[in-house]
Amino acid sequence: MGVEPLIHARGLVKRFGKFTAVDGIDVDVAPGEAFGFLGPNGAGKSSTMRMVGCVSPPTAGTLRILGLDPVRDGPAIRGRIGVCPQQDCLDPELTVAENLTVYARYFGIPRRVARDRAAELLDFVQLTDRARDRVEPLSGGMKRRLTIARALVNEPELVLLDEPTTGLDPQARHLVWERLFRLKQRGVTLVLTTHYMDEAEQLCDRLVVMDAGRIVAEGSPRELIDKYSTREVVELRFGGDPLEPYLERLAGIGDRSELLPDRILVYTDDGDAALAQVHARQLSPGSTLVRRSSLEDVFLHLTGRTLVD
Amino acid sequence: MLVSVRRTWRGQVLSSFVQPVLILLGMGLTVGGFVDRGGALGVPYLDYIAPGLLASTVAQIAVAESMWPVMGAFMWNRAYHGMIASPLRPVDILRGQSAYMLLRTALPAASFLLVMTAFGAVHSAWGIAVLPIGALLTASLSGVILAYTASITSDNMFALLFRFLVIPMTLFAGVFFPVAALPLAVRWAAYVSPLWHAVELCRFATLGQPSALPVAAHVGYLLVWAVAGYELARRRFIKRLGD
Repeated sequence: MGVEPLIHARGLVKRFGKFTAVDGIDVDVAPGEAFGFLGPNGAGKSSTMRMVGCVSPPTAGTLRILGLDPVRDGPAIRGRIGVCPQQDCLDPELTVAENLTVYARYFGIPRRVARDRAAELLDFVQLTDRARDRVEPLSGGMKRRLTIARALVNEPELVLLDEPTTGLDPQARHLVWERLFRLKQRGVTLVLTTHYMDEAEQLCDRLVVMDAGRIVAEGSPRELIDKYSTREVVELRFGGDPLEPYLERLAGIGDRSELLPDRILVYTDDGDAALAQVHARQLSPGSTLVRRSSLEDVFLHLTGRTLVD
Repeated sequence: MLVSVRRTWRGQVLSSFVQPVLILLGMGLTVGGFVDRGGALGVPYLDYIAPGLLASTVAQIAVAESMWPVMGAFMWNRAYHGMIASPLRPVDILRGQSAYMLLRTALPAASFLLVMTAFGAVHSAWGIAVLPIGALLTASLSGVILAYTASITSDNMFALLFRFLVIPMTLFAGVFFPVAALPLAVRWAAYVSPLWHAVELCRFATLGQPSALPVAAHVGYLLVWAVAGYELARRRFIKRLGD
Protein backbone atom coordinates (compact mmCIF):
# COMPACT_ATOMS: atom_id res chain seq x y z
CA MET A 1 0.00 0.00 0.00
CA GLY A 2 1.63 3.24 -1.10
CA VAL A 3 -0.44 5.51 1.06
CA GLU A 4 -0.13 5.62 4.86
CA PRO A 5 -3.14 3.82 6.36
CA LEU A 6 -5.42 5.96 8.51
CA ILE A 7 -5.82 3.11 10.96
CA HIS A 8 -3.09 0.58 11.56
CA ALA A 9 -3.47 -2.22 14.08
CA ARG A 10 -1.26 -5.23 14.71
CA GLY A 11 -2.00 -7.84 17.32
CA LEU A 12 -4.47 -5.51 19.01
CA VAL A 13 -5.78 -6.89 22.28
CA LYS A 14 -8.32 -5.61 24.81
CA ARG A 15 -8.89 -7.40 28.07
CA PHE A 16 -11.25 -6.55 30.87
CA GLY A 17 -9.92 -8.48 33.81
CA LYS A 18 -10.08 -12.11 32.76
CA PHE A 19 -12.35 -11.47 29.81
CA THR A 20 -10.71 -10.92 26.44
CA ALA A 21 -12.90 -8.78 24.24
CA VAL A 22 -10.44 -8.32 21.39
CA ASP A 23 -8.00 -11.15 20.88
CA GLY A 24 -5.18 -9.96 18.65
CA ILE A 25 -6.47 -8.41 15.44
CA ASP A 26 -4.63 -6.89 12.47
CA VAL A 27 -6.37 -4.12 10.57
CA ASP A 28 -5.38 -1.52 8.00
CA VAL A 29 -7.83 1.09 6.79
CA ALA A 30 -6.83 3.19 3.79
CA PRO A 31 -7.91 6.81 3.34
CA GLY A 32 -11.20 7.23 1.53
CA GLU A 33 -12.51 3.72 1.98
CA ALA A 34 -15.63 2.59 3.76
CA PHE A 35 -14.51 -0.15 6.10
CA GLY A 36 -16.72 -2.43 8.14
CA PHE A 37 -16.48 -4.67 11.18
CA LEU A 38 -19.19 -7.26 10.77
CA GLY A 39 -20.04 -9.63 13.57
CA PRO A 40 -22.66 -10.64 16.13
CA ASN A 41 -23.17 -8.95 19.48
CA GLY A 42 -20.22 -9.64 21.74
CA ALA A 43 -17.75 -10.11 18.88
CA GLY A 44 -15.53 -7.29 20.12
CA LYS A 45 -16.54 -4.69 17.52
CA SER A 46 -17.46 -1.94 19.97
CA SER A 47 -14.35 -2.56 22.07
CA THR A 48 -12.28 -2.20 18.91
CA MET A 49 -14.09 1.00 17.98
CA ARG A 50 -13.49 2.46 21.41
CA MET A 51 -9.78 1.78 21.06
CA VAL A 52 -9.72 3.34 17.60
CA GLY A 53 -11.71 6.29 18.97
CA CYS A 54 -8.99 6.78 21.61
CA VAL A 55 -11.31 6.49 24.58
CA SER A 56 -10.11 3.06 25.65
CA PRO A 57 -6.41 2.15 25.84
CA PRO A 58 -5.31 -1.12 24.17
CA THR A 59 -4.18 -3.86 26.53
CA ALA A 60 -1.57 -5.06 24.07
CA GLY A 61 -0.51 -4.70 20.45
CA THR A 62 0.14 -1.77 18.16
CA LEU A 63 -2.44 0.82 17.19
CA ARG A 64 -1.85 3.92 15.13
CA ILE A 65 -4.57 6.33 14.12
CA LEU A 66 -3.63 8.98 11.54
CA GLY A 67 -0.07 7.90 12.20
CA LEU A 68 -0.31 8.85 15.88
CA ASP A 69 -0.28 6.80 19.08
CA PRO A 70 -3.67 6.94 20.84
CA VAL A 71 -2.16 6.56 24.29
CA ARG A 72 0.18 9.52 23.84
CA ASP A 73 -1.80 11.71 21.45
CA GLY A 74 -5.39 10.86 22.35
CA PRO A 75 -6.83 14.40 22.40
CA ALA A 76 -4.99 15.33 19.18
CA ILE A 77 -6.40 12.30 17.37
CA ARG A 78 -9.89 12.83 18.76
CA GLY A 79 -9.72 16.37 17.43
CA ARG A 80 -9.42 15.01 13.90
CA ILE A 81 -11.92 12.19 13.94
CA GLY A 82 -15.67 12.03 14.35
CA VAL A 83 -17.47 9.45 16.44
CA CYS A 84 -21.08 8.29 16.34
CA PRO A 85 -21.34 5.98 19.38
CA GLN A 86 -23.75 3.12 19.72
CA GLN A 87 -25.79 4.60 22.55
CA ASP A 88 -27.29 8.06 22.29
CA CYS A 89 -25.34 10.65 24.23
CA LEU A 90 -26.87 13.93 23.24
CA ASP A 91 -27.27 16.68 25.82
CA PRO A 92 -30.96 16.86 26.75
CA GLU A 93 -30.62 20.35 28.21
CA LEU A 94 -29.59 21.80 24.85
CA THR A 95 -31.54 22.29 21.67
CA VAL A 96 -30.74 20.40 18.49
CA ALA A 97 -28.64 23.27 17.13
CA GLU A 98 -26.97 23.91 20.47
CA ASN A 99 -25.87 20.29 20.66
CA LEU A 100 -23.83 20.99 17.55
CA THR A 101 -22.50 24.45 18.41
CA VAL A 102 -21.55 23.56 21.99
CA TYR A 103 -19.84 20.38 20.79
CA ALA A 104 -17.92 22.41 18.23
CA ARG A 105 -16.51 24.47 21.08
CA TYR A 106 -14.88 21.36 22.53
CA PHE A 107 -12.73 21.32 19.41
CA GLY A 108 -11.84 24.97 19.79
CA ILE A 109 -13.91 25.92 16.77
CA PRO A 110 -14.80 29.64 16.96
CA ARG A 111 -18.43 30.45 17.71
CA ARG A 112 -19.15 32.10 14.38
CA VAL A 113 -17.76 29.14 12.44
CA ALA A 114 -19.58 26.73 14.72
CA ARG A 115 -22.93 28.37 14.01
CA ASP A 116 -22.40 28.27 10.27
CA ARG A 117 -21.24 24.71 10.34
CA ALA A 118 -24.16 23.66 12.50
CA ALA A 119 -26.59 25.10 9.98
CA GLU A 120 -24.83 23.26 7.14
CA LEU A 121 -24.82 19.99 9.03
CA LEU A 122 -28.45 20.23 10.06
CA ASP A 123 -29.24 20.71 6.41
CA PHE A 124 -27.11 17.68 5.52
CA VAL A 125 -28.97 15.42 7.94
CA GLN A 126 -32.29 17.05 7.14
CA LEU A 127 -33.04 18.38 10.62
CA THR A 128 -33.05 22.10 9.85
CA ASP A 129 -36.68 22.51 10.82
CA ARG A 130 -35.97 21.01 14.25
CA ALA A 131 -33.01 23.25 15.01
CA ARG A 132 -34.61 25.07 17.93
CA ASP A 133 -36.33 22.01 19.39
CA ARG A 134 -35.29 20.11 22.46
CA VAL A 135 -33.68 16.75 21.93
CA GLU A 136 -36.17 14.74 24.01
CA PRO A 137 -39.08 14.61 21.59
CA LEU A 138 -37.01 13.59 18.57
CA SER A 139 -37.51 10.11 17.18
CA GLY A 140 -34.72 7.53 17.37
CA GLY A 141 -33.84 8.08 13.74
CA MET A 142 -33.62 11.84 14.18
CA LYS A 143 -31.44 11.52 17.26
CA ARG A 144 -29.13 9.24 15.33
CA ARG A 145 -28.93 11.70 12.45
CA LEU A 146 -28.17 14.47 14.91
CA THR A 147 -25.42 12.35 16.43
CA ILE A 148 -23.97 11.79 12.96
CA ALA A 149 -24.13 15.54 12.30
CA ARG A 150 -22.34 16.11 15.60
CA ALA A 151 -19.67 13.63 14.57
CA LEU A 152 -18.97 15.81 11.54
CA VAL A 153 -18.73 19.16 13.30
CA ASN A 154 -14.94 19.20 13.24
CA GLU A 155 -14.76 18.20 9.54
CA PRO A 156 -13.06 14.92 10.45
CA GLU A 157 -10.82 12.90 8.16
CA LEU A 158 -12.16 9.71 9.69
CA VAL A 159 -15.64 8.97 10.97
CA LEU A 160 -16.35 6.02 13.27
CA LEU A 161 -19.89 4.73 13.47
CA ASP A 162 -20.72 2.05 16.02
CA GLU A 163 -23.86 0.25 14.92
CA PRO A 164 -25.31 3.34 13.25
CA THR A 165 -28.73 1.92 12.44
CA THR A 166 -29.37 -0.49 15.29
CA GLY A 167 -32.76 0.16 16.78
CA LEU A 168 -34.04 2.24 13.86
CA ASP A 169 -37.08 1.50 11.77
CA PRO A 170 -36.47 0.62 8.08
CA GLN A 171 -37.25 4.09 6.79
CA ALA A 172 -34.85 5.73 9.24
CA ARG A 173 -32.21 3.16 8.36
CA HIS A 174 -32.41 3.94 4.67
CA LEU A 175 -32.14 7.64 5.31
CA VAL A 176 -29.03 7.12 7.43
CA TRP A 177 -27.49 4.89 4.79
CA GLU A 178 -28.20 7.45 2.15
CA ARG A 179 -26.49 10.18 4.16
CA LEU A 180 -23.51 7.94 4.85
CA PHE A 181 -23.24 7.14 1.19
CA ARG A 182 -23.13 10.87 0.44
CA LEU A 183 -20.35 11.21 2.98
CA LYS A 184 -18.45 8.45 1.30
CA GLN A 185 -18.82 10.21 -2.02
CA ARG A 186 -17.24 13.28 -0.47
CA GLY A 187 -14.17 11.23 0.31
CA VAL A 188 -14.56 10.89 4.06
CA THR A 189 -13.13 7.66 5.39
CA LEU A 190 -15.84 5.68 7.16
CA VAL A 191 -15.40 2.88 9.62
CA LEU A 192 -18.51 1.23 10.88
CA THR A 193 -19.48 -1.76 12.93
CA THR A 194 -22.66 -3.64 12.35
CA HIS A 195 -24.37 -6.96 12.76
CA TYR A 196 -26.64 -6.25 9.79
CA MET A 197 -25.34 -7.91 6.68
CA ASP A 198 -27.39 -5.67 4.40
CA GLU A 199 -25.75 -2.63 5.93
CA ALA A 200 -22.30 -4.14 5.47
CA GLU A 201 -23.02 -5.09 1.87
CA GLN A 202 -24.49 -1.70 0.98
CA LEU A 203 -21.97 0.59 2.59
CA CYS A 204 -18.64 -1.14 2.90
CA ASP A 205 -15.87 -1.32 0.34
CA ARG A 206 -14.01 -3.73 2.54
CA LEU A 207 -14.84 -5.48 5.74
CA VAL A 208 -13.61 -7.90 8.32
CA VAL A 209 -15.78 -10.52 9.90
CA MET A 210 -15.29 -10.68 13.65
CA ASP A 211 -16.27 -13.40 16.04
CA ALA A 212 -15.29 -13.83 19.69
CA GLY A 213 -12.63 -11.15 19.50
CA ARG A 214 -10.89 -12.49 16.40
CA ILE A 215 -11.01 -11.69 12.72
CA VAL A 216 -12.18 -14.75 10.82
CA ALA A 217 -12.26 -13.29 7.30
CA GLU A 218 -11.36 -10.18 5.38
CA GLY A 219 -12.19 -8.72 1.98
CA SER A 220 -14.82 -6.89 0.00
CA PRO A 221 -18.40 -8.13 0.40
CA ARG A 222 -18.23 -9.66 -3.07
CA GLU A 223 -14.89 -11.37 -2.41
CA LEU A 224 -16.12 -12.84 0.84
CA ILE A 225 -19.25 -14.23 -0.69
CA ASP A 226 -17.33 -15.69 -3.61
CA LYS A 227 -14.76 -17.24 -1.34
CA TYR A 228 -16.87 -18.56 1.49
CA SER A 229 -20.19 -19.22 -0.11
CA THR A 230 -21.78 -20.29 -3.35
CA ARG A 231 -23.64 -18.05 -5.74
CA GLU A 232 -27.09 -19.08 -4.61
CA VAL A 233 -28.79 -20.64 -1.63
CA VAL A 234 -31.93 -22.76 -1.47
CA GLU A 235 -33.83 -22.47 1.79
CA LEU A 236 -36.03 -25.45 2.61
CA ARG A 237 -38.59 -25.64 5.38
CA PHE A 238 -40.41 -28.83 6.30
CA GLY A 239 -43.17 -27.68 8.58
CA GLY A 240 -42.67 -28.81 12.16
CA ASP A 241 -40.79 -32.01 11.31
CA PRO A 242 -37.34 -32.68 12.74
CA LEU A 243 -34.86 -31.72 10.06
CA GLU A 244 -31.95 -34.16 10.49
CA PRO A 245 -33.50 -36.97 8.43
CA TYR A 246 -34.05 -34.57 5.56
CA LEU A 247 -30.40 -33.58 5.69
CA GLU A 248 -29.36 -37.10 4.83
CA ARG A 249 -31.85 -37.36 2.04
CA LEU A 250 -30.47 -34.13 0.56
CA ALA A 251 -26.92 -35.44 0.43
CA GLY A 252 -25.26 -34.78 -2.92
CA ILE A 253 -27.43 -31.85 -3.90
CA GLY A 254 -25.42 -28.63 -4.23
CA ASP A 255 -21.97 -28.04 -2.77
CA ARG A 256 -22.96 -28.36 0.86
CA SER A 257 -25.86 -28.06 3.24
CA GLU A 258 -26.30 -26.22 6.50
CA LEU A 259 -28.73 -27.18 9.22
CA LEU A 260 -30.47 -24.35 11.05
CA PRO A 261 -33.07 -24.70 13.82
CA ASP A 262 -35.97 -23.95 11.50
CA ARG A 263 -34.70 -24.71 7.97
CA ILE A 264 -32.06 -26.34 5.84
CA LEU A 265 -29.86 -24.29 3.55
CA VAL A 266 -28.49 -25.88 0.42
CA TYR A 267 -25.55 -24.04 -1.12
CA THR A 268 -25.23 -24.31 -4.87
CA ASP A 269 -24.34 -22.25 -7.88
CA ASP A 270 -27.67 -22.99 -9.53
CA GLY A 271 -30.57 -22.76 -7.14
CA ASP A 272 -33.32 -23.73 -9.53
CA ALA A 273 -31.52 -26.87 -10.61
CA ALA A 274 -30.96 -27.87 -6.99
CA LEU A 275 -34.60 -27.25 -6.20
CA ALA A 276 -35.59 -29.47 -9.12
CA GLN A 277 -33.38 -32.21 -7.68
CA VAL A 278 -35.05 -31.82 -4.31
CA HIS A 279 -38.45 -32.38 -5.86
CA ALA A 280 -37.08 -35.23 -7.93
CA ARG A 281 -36.17 -37.05 -4.73
CA GLN A 282 -39.77 -36.95 -3.63
CA LEU A 283 -39.02 -34.55 -0.82
CA SER A 284 -41.88 -32.12 -0.30
CA PRO A 285 -40.71 -29.08 1.55
CA GLY A 286 -43.43 -26.93 3.10
CA SER A 287 -41.85 -23.77 1.69
CA THR A 288 -38.85 -23.04 -0.46
CA LEU A 289 -36.84 -19.97 -1.30
CA VAL A 290 -34.07 -19.55 -3.82
CA ARG A 291 -31.93 -16.53 -3.11
CA ARG A 292 -28.48 -15.15 -3.68
CA SER A 293 -25.78 -15.70 -1.07
CA SER A 294 -25.24 -12.98 1.47
CA LEU A 295 -22.72 -12.12 4.14
CA GLU A 296 -24.95 -13.91 6.58
CA ASP A 297 -24.07 -17.12 4.75
CA VAL A 298 -20.40 -16.22 4.87
CA PHE A 299 -20.62 -15.78 8.62
CA LEU A 300 -22.59 -18.98 9.03
CA HIS A 301 -19.98 -20.90 7.08
CA LEU A 302 -17.09 -19.44 9.03
CA THR A 303 -18.51 -19.76 12.50
CA GLY A 304 -21.43 -22.14 12.33
CA ARG A 305 -23.69 -19.48 13.82
CA THR A 306 -25.97 -16.77 12.50
CA LEU A 307 -25.18 -13.07 12.82
CA VAL A 308 -28.29 -12.36 14.84
CA ASP A 309 -28.86 -14.69 17.79
CA MET B 1 -23.81 23.82 30.86
CA LEU B 2 -23.64 27.60 30.65
CA VAL B 3 -25.87 27.53 27.61
CA SER B 4 -28.51 25.53 29.41
CA VAL B 5 -28.30 27.78 32.44
CA ARG B 6 -29.30 30.66 30.21
CA ARG B 7 -32.59 28.93 29.74
CA THR B 8 -33.18 27.62 33.22
CA TRP B 9 -31.79 30.36 35.43
CA ARG B 10 -35.17 31.78 36.25
CA GLY B 11 -36.31 28.43 37.56
CA GLN B 12 -33.10 27.97 39.46
CA VAL B 13 -33.23 31.34 41.14
CA LEU B 14 -36.83 30.79 42.11
CA SER B 15 -36.50 27.29 43.49
CA SER B 16 -33.21 27.64 45.31
CA PHE B 17 -33.94 31.13 46.51
CA VAL B 18 -37.58 31.47 47.41
CA GLN B 19 -37.48 28.68 49.95
CA PRO B 20 -34.52 29.99 51.96
CA VAL B 21 -35.99 33.48 51.88
CA LEU B 22 -39.24 32.14 53.19
CA ILE B 23 -37.39 30.31 55.96
CA LEU B 24 -35.44 33.44 56.73
CA LEU B 25 -38.56 35.50 57.04
CA GLY B 26 -40.62 32.80 58.69
CA MET B 27 -38.06 31.78 61.26
CA GLY B 28 -36.45 35.16 61.58
CA LEU B 29 -39.59 37.10 62.17
CA THR B 30 -41.80 34.71 64.09
CA VAL B 31 -39.31 32.57 66.05
CA GLY B 32 -37.09 35.61 66.21
CA GLY B 33 -39.85 37.40 67.99
CA PHE B 34 -39.49 34.95 70.86
CA VAL B 35 -35.72 34.62 70.81
CA ASP B 36 -35.06 38.34 70.72
CA ARG B 37 -37.02 38.80 73.90
CA GLY B 38 -34.27 36.90 75.72
CA GLY B 39 -31.49 38.89 74.05
CA ALA B 40 -29.01 36.06 74.56
CA LEU B 41 -27.65 36.25 71.04
CA GLY B 42 -26.75 39.89 71.07
CA VAL B 43 -28.22 40.42 67.62
CA PRO B 44 -31.76 40.05 66.21
CA TYR B 45 -32.52 36.39 65.45
CA LEU B 46 -33.19 37.11 61.80
CA ASP B 47 -29.75 38.65 61.48
CA TYR B 48 -28.29 35.67 63.31
CA ILE B 49 -29.74 32.96 61.10
CA ALA B 50 -29.39 34.82 57.79
CA PRO B 51 -25.70 34.15 57.10
CA GLY B 52 -26.15 30.55 58.23
CA LEU B 53 -29.09 30.12 55.88
CA LEU B 54 -27.09 31.54 53.01
CA ALA B 55 -24.31 29.06 53.66
CA SER B 56 -26.66 26.12 54.07
CA THR B 57 -28.52 27.01 50.89
CA VAL B 58 -25.25 27.08 49.00
CA ALA B 59 -24.39 23.70 50.54
CA GLN B 60 -27.65 22.08 49.55
CA ILE B 61 -27.46 23.33 45.99
CA ALA B 62 -23.84 22.22 45.66
CA VAL B 63 -24.63 18.73 46.90
CA ALA B 64 -27.80 18.28 44.87
CA GLU B 65 -26.21 19.56 41.66
CA SER B 66 -23.32 17.14 42.17
CA MET B 67 -25.69 14.22 42.48
CA TRP B 68 -28.59 13.74 40.09
CA PRO B 69 -27.56 15.84 37.08
CA VAL B 70 -24.07 14.36 37.12
CA MET B 71 -25.38 10.81 37.35
CA GLY B 72 -27.58 11.69 34.40
CA ALA B 73 -24.57 12.80 32.41
CA PHE B 74 -22.80 9.53 33.22
CA MET B 75 -25.64 7.10 32.85
CA TRP B 76 -29.02 8.29 31.70
CA ASN B 77 -28.41 10.72 28.86
CA ARG B 78 -24.69 9.86 28.72
CA ALA B 79 -23.75 13.41 27.80
CA TYR B 80 -20.28 12.91 29.29
CA HIS B 81 -19.68 9.94 27.02
CA GLY B 82 -20.47 12.13 24.06
CA MET B 83 -18.05 14.76 25.31
CA ILE B 84 -15.25 12.29 25.86
CA ALA B 85 -15.24 11.42 22.14
CA SER B 86 -14.00 14.98 21.50
CA PRO B 87 -10.54 16.25 22.44
CA LEU B 88 -11.82 16.73 26.00
CA ARG B 89 -10.26 14.52 28.65
CA PRO B 90 -12.04 13.36 31.82
CA VAL B 91 -10.24 16.03 33.82
CA ASP B 92 -11.51 18.72 31.43
CA ILE B 93 -15.06 17.52 31.97
CA LEU B 94 -14.53 17.60 35.74
CA ARG B 95 -13.11 21.11 35.59
CA GLY B 96 -16.05 22.27 33.52
CA GLN B 97 -18.50 20.72 35.95
CA SER B 98 -16.69 22.22 38.96
CA ALA B 99 -16.55 25.67 37.41
CA TYR B 100 -20.23 25.48 36.58
CA MET B 101 -20.93 24.54 40.19
CA LEU B 102 -19.35 27.78 41.38
CA LEU B 103 -21.54 29.80 39.05
CA ARG B 104 -24.58 27.77 39.99
CA THR B 105 -24.33 28.72 43.66
CA ALA B 106 -23.15 32.29 43.07
CA LEU B 107 -26.44 33.53 41.72
CA PRO B 108 -28.67 32.30 44.58
CA ALA B 109 -26.06 33.45 47.09
CA ALA B 110 -25.98 36.93 45.61
CA SER B 111 -29.78 37.13 45.52
CA PHE B 112 -29.97 36.00 49.13
CA LEU B 113 -27.41 38.59 50.13
CA LEU B 114 -29.54 41.28 48.52
CA VAL B 115 -32.57 40.18 50.53
CA MET B 116 -30.47 40.07 53.70
CA THR B 117 -29.26 43.59 53.05
CA ALA B 118 -32.80 44.76 52.43
CA PHE B 119 -33.80 43.44 55.84
CA GLY B 120 -30.87 45.11 57.51
CA ALA B 121 -29.27 41.80 58.42
CA VAL B 122 -25.89 42.81 57.05
CA HIS B 123 -24.07 44.90 59.61
CA SER B 124 -20.83 45.45 57.78
CA ALA B 125 -19.51 46.09 54.30
CA TRP B 126 -17.53 42.89 54.75
CA GLY B 127 -20.82 41.12 54.19
CA ILE B 128 -19.88 40.87 50.53
CA ALA B 129 -17.29 38.31 51.59
CA VAL B 130 -20.07 35.72 51.86
CA LEU B 131 -19.82 35.35 48.09
CA PRO B 132 -16.24 34.04 47.99
CA ILE B 133 -16.97 32.04 51.16
CA GLY B 134 -19.90 30.48 49.34
CA ALA B 135 -17.64 29.64 46.43
CA LEU B 136 -15.15 28.00 48.76
CA LEU B 137 -17.92 26.05 50.45
CA THR B 138 -19.20 24.93 47.05
CA ALA B 139 -15.76 23.72 46.08
CA SER B 140 -15.29 21.93 49.39
CA LEU B 141 -18.51 19.95 49.04
CA SER B 142 -18.91 19.37 45.32
CA GLY B 143 -15.53 17.65 45.00
CA VAL B 144 -16.34 14.77 47.33
CA ILE B 145 -19.91 14.43 46.09
CA LEU B 146 -18.76 14.39 42.45
CA ALA B 147 -16.29 11.68 43.39
CA TYR B 148 -19.10 9.70 44.98
CA THR B 149 -21.48 10.13 42.05
CA ALA B 150 -18.78 9.08 39.61
CA SER B 151 -18.31 5.82 41.47
CA ILE B 152 -21.88 4.56 41.70
CA THR B 153 -24.36 3.31 39.14
CA SER B 154 -27.70 3.83 40.84
CA ASP B 155 -29.33 6.86 42.37
CA ASN B 156 -30.89 4.91 45.24
CA MET B 157 -28.52 6.35 47.78
CA PHE B 158 -28.95 9.96 46.76
CA ALA B 159 -32.23 10.55 48.50
CA LEU B 160 -30.96 8.76 51.60
CA LEU B 161 -27.74 10.74 51.66
CA PHE B 162 -29.62 13.95 51.23
CA ARG B 163 -32.07 13.16 53.97
CA PHE B 164 -29.70 11.66 56.51
CA LEU B 165 -26.50 13.53 55.87
CA VAL B 166 -27.21 16.89 54.28
CA ILE B 167 -30.29 17.88 56.25
CA PRO B 168 -28.80 17.00 59.64
CA MET B 169 -25.61 18.78 58.58
CA THR B 170 -27.73 21.86 58.01
CA LEU B 171 -29.48 21.54 61.33
CA PHE B 172 -26.34 21.04 63.37
CA ALA B 173 -23.97 23.52 61.75
CA GLY B 174 -24.84 26.53 63.81
CA VAL B 175 -27.38 27.86 61.34
CA PHE B 176 -30.28 28.22 63.73
CA PHE B 177 -28.52 28.09 67.08
CA PRO B 178 -24.96 28.19 68.37
CA VAL B 179 -23.30 24.77 68.33
CA ALA B 180 -22.09 25.50 71.83
CA ALA B 181 -25.63 24.62 72.84
CA LEU B 182 -25.12 21.05 71.63
CA PRO B 183 -23.76 18.26 73.85
CA LEU B 184 -20.03 17.70 73.29
CA ALA B 185 -20.45 14.41 71.45
CA VAL B 186 -22.74 15.92 68.84
CA ARG B 187 -20.73 19.14 68.68
CA TRP B 188 -17.87 17.26 67.03
CA ALA B 189 -20.13 16.34 64.12
CA ALA B 190 -20.59 20.05 63.55
CA TYR B 191 -16.87 20.83 63.80
CA VAL B 192 -16.11 18.26 61.16
CA SER B 193 -18.64 19.46 58.61
CA PRO B 194 -17.45 22.07 56.11
CA LEU B 195 -20.78 23.83 56.50
CA TRP B 196 -20.12 24.82 60.09
CA HIS B 197 -16.84 26.44 59.11
CA ALA B 198 -18.53 28.34 56.30
CA VAL B 199 -21.31 29.45 58.66
CA GLU B 200 -18.76 30.80 61.14
CA LEU B 201 -17.03 32.72 58.36
CA CYS B 202 -20.28 34.10 56.95
CA ARG B 203 -21.46 35.24 60.34
CA PHE B 204 -18.13 36.96 60.92
CA ALA B 205 -18.52 38.69 57.55
CA THR B 206 -22.04 39.98 58.00
CA LEU B 207 -22.21 40.56 61.75
CA GLY B 208 -18.63 41.04 62.78
CA GLN B 209 -19.08 38.24 65.35
CA PRO B 210 -15.65 36.62 65.65
CA SER B 211 -15.56 33.07 64.36
CA ALA B 212 -14.82 30.14 66.68
CA LEU B 213 -11.36 29.68 65.16
CA PRO B 214 -9.11 32.15 63.35
CA VAL B 215 -10.39 32.88 59.84
CA ALA B 216 -7.33 31.24 58.34
CA ALA B 217 -8.16 27.99 60.13
CA HIS B 218 -11.71 27.87 58.77
CA VAL B 219 -10.56 28.79 55.28
CA GLY B 220 -7.78 26.24 55.49
CA TYR B 221 -10.22 23.50 56.51
CA LEU B 222 -12.50 24.27 53.60
CA LEU B 223 -9.51 24.31 51.25
CA VAL B 224 -8.42 20.88 52.43
CA TRP B 225 -11.87 19.48 51.64
CA ALA B 226 -11.86 21.24 48.27
CA VAL B 227 -8.45 20.02 47.20
CA ALA B 228 -8.88 16.48 48.50
CA GLY B 229 -12.37 16.31 47.02
CA TYR B 230 -11.18 17.49 43.63
CA GLU B 231 -8.38 14.94 43.58
CA LEU B 232 -10.76 12.11 44.50
CA ALA B 233 -13.19 13.28 41.84
CA ARG B 234 -10.42 13.51 39.28
CA ARG B 235 -9.45 9.87 39.83
CA ARG B 236 -13.02 8.69 39.73
CA PHE B 237 -13.82 10.63 36.56
CA ILE B 238 -10.78 9.18 34.81
CA LYS B 239 -11.74 5.71 35.90
CA ARG B 240 -15.34 6.11 34.82
CA LEU B 241 -14.77 7.80 31.49
CA GLY B 242 -11.45 6.25 30.56
CA ASP B 243 -11.02 2.49 31.02
